Parts: sequence; C-alpha cells; structure tokens
Amino acid sequence: MKILAIEASGPVAGCAVLEDGLLIADYNVQYKKKHAQSLVPMMDEVKQMLELDLQTVDAIAIAKGPGSFTGLRIGAATAKGAALAMDRPIIPVPTVDSIAYNLYGTDSLICPLMDARRQQVYTGIYEWSPCHDSEDGRCFRTVRPQCVISISEIAQDLNARGRSVVFLGDGVPVSRDALKDLMTVPYSFAPAHLDRQRAAAVAALAWSYYQEEGQACMVSADDFRPEYLRLAQAEQEHSERRSFSLLLEK
Amino acid sequence: MSDLKKNITILAIESSCDETAASVVVNGRRVLSNVISSQIDIHTLYGGVVPEIASRKHTERVTQVIRESLQEAGRTLEEMDAIAVTYGPGLVGPLLIGVSAAKGLSFATGIPLIGVHHIEGHISANYIADPSLEPPFACLVVSGGHTHLVLVRDYGVYEILGRTQDDAAGEAFDKVAREIGLGYPGGPKIDKASREGDPHAIVFPRGKVAGSRYDFSFSGMKSAVLNYLNTSRMKGISVNVPDVAASFQQAVVDVLVSHAGDAIDQYGLQKFALAGGVAANTALRAGMKEMCDAKGAAFYCPPPILCTDNAAMIGSAAYFEYIKGNFSGLDLNAVPGLRLGQR
Repeated sequence: MKILAIEASGPVAGCAVLEDGLLIADYNVQYKKKHAQSLVPMMDEVKQMLELDLQTVDAIAIAKGPGSFTGLRIGAATAKGAALAMDRPIIPVPTVDSIAYNLYGTDSLICPLMDARRQQVYTGIYEWSPCHDSEDGRCFRTVRPQCVISISEIAQDLNARGRSVVFLGDGVPVSRDALKDLMTVPYSFAPAHLDRQRAAAVAALAWSYYQEEGQACMVSADDFRPEYLRLAQAEQEHSERRSFSLLLEK
Repeated sequence: MSDLKKNITILAIESSCDETAASVVVNGRRVLSNVISSQIDIHTLYGGVVPEIASRKHTERVTQVIRESLQEAGRTLEEMDAIAVTYGPGLVGPLLIGVSAAKGLSFATGIPLIGVHHIEGHISANYIADPSLEPPFACLVVSGGHTHLVLVRDYGVYEILGRTQDDAAGEAFDKVAREIGLGYPGGPKIDKASREGDPHAIVFPRGKVAGSRYDFSFSGMKSAVLNYLNTSRMKGISVNVPDVAASFQQAVVDVLVSHAGDAIDQYGLQKFALAGGVAANTALRAGMKEMCDAKGAAFYCPPPILCTDNAAMIGSAAYFEYIKGNFSGLDLNAVPGLRLGQR
C-alpha cells in the first residue's frame, strides 16, 4: 500500500510518500511562496527524487480541512486532478487530527490550534489512551472532534477535564497571551519540528485508517470535497436573513 | 516539425467565473466535446457571483466535468497532446480550481500544460465558429467582466485598441437590470424586455472617454438611467420598464458599434468579430452586422454557446500556443489581473 499525501490547509505546503507504513519522503515548506506555485513543483520533485511510478501509488491522502479556504481548495483540486488521472481514490484526513498526530505517546491531552481569524480557532482535543487493539497498547483517540470555536471556549473545555495539555499549531503564537489568562491546568507547547501541519502525519494517519477500515476510508476524486467548517460569508448572511424573516412570520 | 503533421488534441479547462467547463478540441478548430456546468441558479439567489461560493462549487464539480468532456469526446486522457487552462483574468478563487486541477492532471500524466488568457479564449471562439477565419481582424470582446476592442494581427498576436475605464458592458447591464426590477443576470433579461420597448423613447448619453478614441465608459450611462428612475419616482411618473431597457441597450450598442466602425476604418480591416457573453445580445449582433455590411467588412459572431464562458475557446487559443511551443510550468499560478499579451 503506497500513499501519496498532500498538505495545503494552512501555512505549510507539503507532500509525503508512505509505503506499507514506511515513510520514504516527507517534504514540507512553510515560506511566503504561495501553495499555488509551490505545491505541485514539490510533488514533482519528490516524484523525480524517488523515481516514483505513479501507477504504483494506491491512494492520495489529503488534509481535508479545516484551514485556509484557498489553501484547502488548491490542495483539493490538485489531488482531485491527480486522482482522476491516476484512477485512484482519495483518503480525506481531518486537518486538526493530523496536526495532533505529530505527537506520540504523551499522557497529556493534545490540543492543536489553527488561527481561524475572527477571534476563533480551528481546534479539537486528542489523546493517546490505553487500548488492546494496538501492539504497543496505545491508541490515538479523538476526545473532541475538530471544530471552530473561541479560544476561551476550548480553554474552558480543557480546564474542566483536569489534565495537562500540549498545544501546537499556527494558532499558538496568536493565542499564547490569552492562554496565560485562561488556563488553570498545566500546559506546554510542542517544539518547532512537531508543531505545524506535516504531510508525513497526513500520510501516517491515512495509513492507520486504511489498516482499521480498509477501503471504507476512501472516496472517489469526484466525491471528495474539502471540509470548511464554515459557510461562505454570503451564505451565512443569507441564512441569518432567512431565519430572521421566518421569526417575523411567526 | 513531424509533430505538426498529426492532429493536436487538447483538453481544456475553464473556471474563471461561475461556469465549470471542460472541452476536447482538435487543431484549435474542431470541438469534440464542450461541457459546461453552470452555477447561475445559486448566484441568482445573491444577485451576482459570490466568489467564495463559486470557488466551492468549482471544487465540487471540476473532475466530473473533465471526465464528462473526455467521455463525450470518446478520448482518453493519455491521448491528449496538452492540457490547457484559463489562468487569468478572472476571479482568483475560481481560477485557482481549474489551474490546480490542470496541474494535478499534468503532474500525474506528464502531459504538457498550457496556461491560456481568458480573453484570448473568447476571441478564439471565432476560429471554432468559422474554421476559415484567419487574422488579421478586429474583435470586440464584451462580457460581464470585460470590454475590450482588440486588433488581432496574427494568431496569438494582439493589440488592445480600447478597453472600459470603469464598468464592463455586461456589468452595466446587470446593474441597470437590478434597478428596473428585472433581476440577475441582467444581459439576457434586458435583451428580452427590450423587444417590447422603444429604443428611442428616452435618450441616454453615449459614454465617451476624453482623448481616447477606442476606450469605453459605461458607468455614466448607468448613472443616467438611475437618475432618470429617481426623477420619475419623485415626479410620480410611472416608468415604462421595456422602454428604459430598450433605450439603455440602444445607448450601449451605439457606443460599441461606433467604436468598432472607427477601428475598421482606421486600420482598413476586412473582417470584424464579436466575442464574449454580451455578444449573445440580439440588438448588438444586429447593430454590428448592419455596420459591417455598410462598410463591406465580413462579420463574424460565434453562436451563443461559444460566446458565454466555455472551455472549447480555451482549447482553441491553446492550440496556437502549442504550435509556438509556449508551455507553462507546474508552478503556473492564477493571475486575476492578467493583461492581454502578457505571459
């Protein structure tokens, strides 16, 4: 099972190749150059470096969102085009889950924070909990699925759980001061090599889905769509107007 | 040169505004398929194209549309000589979907990529509509986002004679249609309403741009309509909507036709072509034809399906780039403000 993974949901453009659980390439760049220009050349570089015959790739994994709307779509359209040409399925991976998956084996709760602007973060809560299914007795578990909420709301949730927390993600720099005031449980921040979106984490998590679920974790190129967790602003306003006028009718 | 003896088949993708389109075109003239997935129903809800919603819809539809275009053409992706895509001008979000999908296809197949200018596509629709058409000729490109009077000196060699200084012609149609209660999209609605109205009932100004013979200005004409509506309202005079529509349309058509006629005279042209979504307007077609006939110039105008945004026109324009060996790298980006002739 060979997986080509794509990450373009946030500040990082990345691609990775994972073959039967072995990571053979992981290329991530967090630089001002836009994903529109960098992502596909990076994929091509990896392809050439590995002398990769794309017909040997079984699936394309992608960070499906949330994230930058434009970044998500650059990744999605690239993955869909490539998957169509290769006649291969897509394995969608929730972005926040894949960021959390950078960390392994900690007893703390894992809480990725992505800057979602408008005073909100894309976040979720994860843990490595004891389980009998896996060889090393620990399983990656979602405690609170990815969502878009305020930093105070996620802090409140974490405090109520009474466990230490590791924060990571591009939302950390903008939330650091707020966390100082909000957090009552012990917390720390992941170091630089673990704290951003990473294509290898997308690939590895997709591989774990495949081991657990088989083909059920896959969708066709046509059916894949990003998960924005937010409506377009116009849709939001439109639905607000509609619920307001429905209210008036009542 | 052996390459040029065989047929060149191009898969083209277009997503610069609110149509997701893909097409297979042979030698820039013969269309094997022309699939267009329109989002007009969704945007009508909002009274115009919402870029974020358009981008989301493009993302959902893009591979189906490409797949359908290949199926309809009875060709496989591997049989394509190039993959062409509109990379500007247009809305950046929507453009990026076509560009990214095209790059994904090119990355996975090794088939070369050709970035195409949207307006060059519109002009090239005329090569499909009339396979005998050859440059030089002048072309007026009029749509919701563009108003360009272009001198086509040779294949892929353009000189812009004039462009709009403010609203595009189609944009002015949209705004006026909204004000007189016809709704979106304005072009077809004004065209239809005008058939019941008198084009000479109200005299709206014919917009001119000082010191520039071929440039256009439509915002003043649009304001004149708004002023007329306000004045009528204040005086309690009921407005005859078909008359307003017909009179405004006539004013726009007069300006477009007179600029086109000047270009034919100055450059001694024997051919004149129309292109873009507004080229589907019946009064504009009639006015241009009449003017060209009077000057003894041949008049070209694609059928409506090739006037509105489509990918066949992109496949046609791409063919002439292919011949010249103009290919794009996998770092091709969307350029929303791309100028004609820029590369």
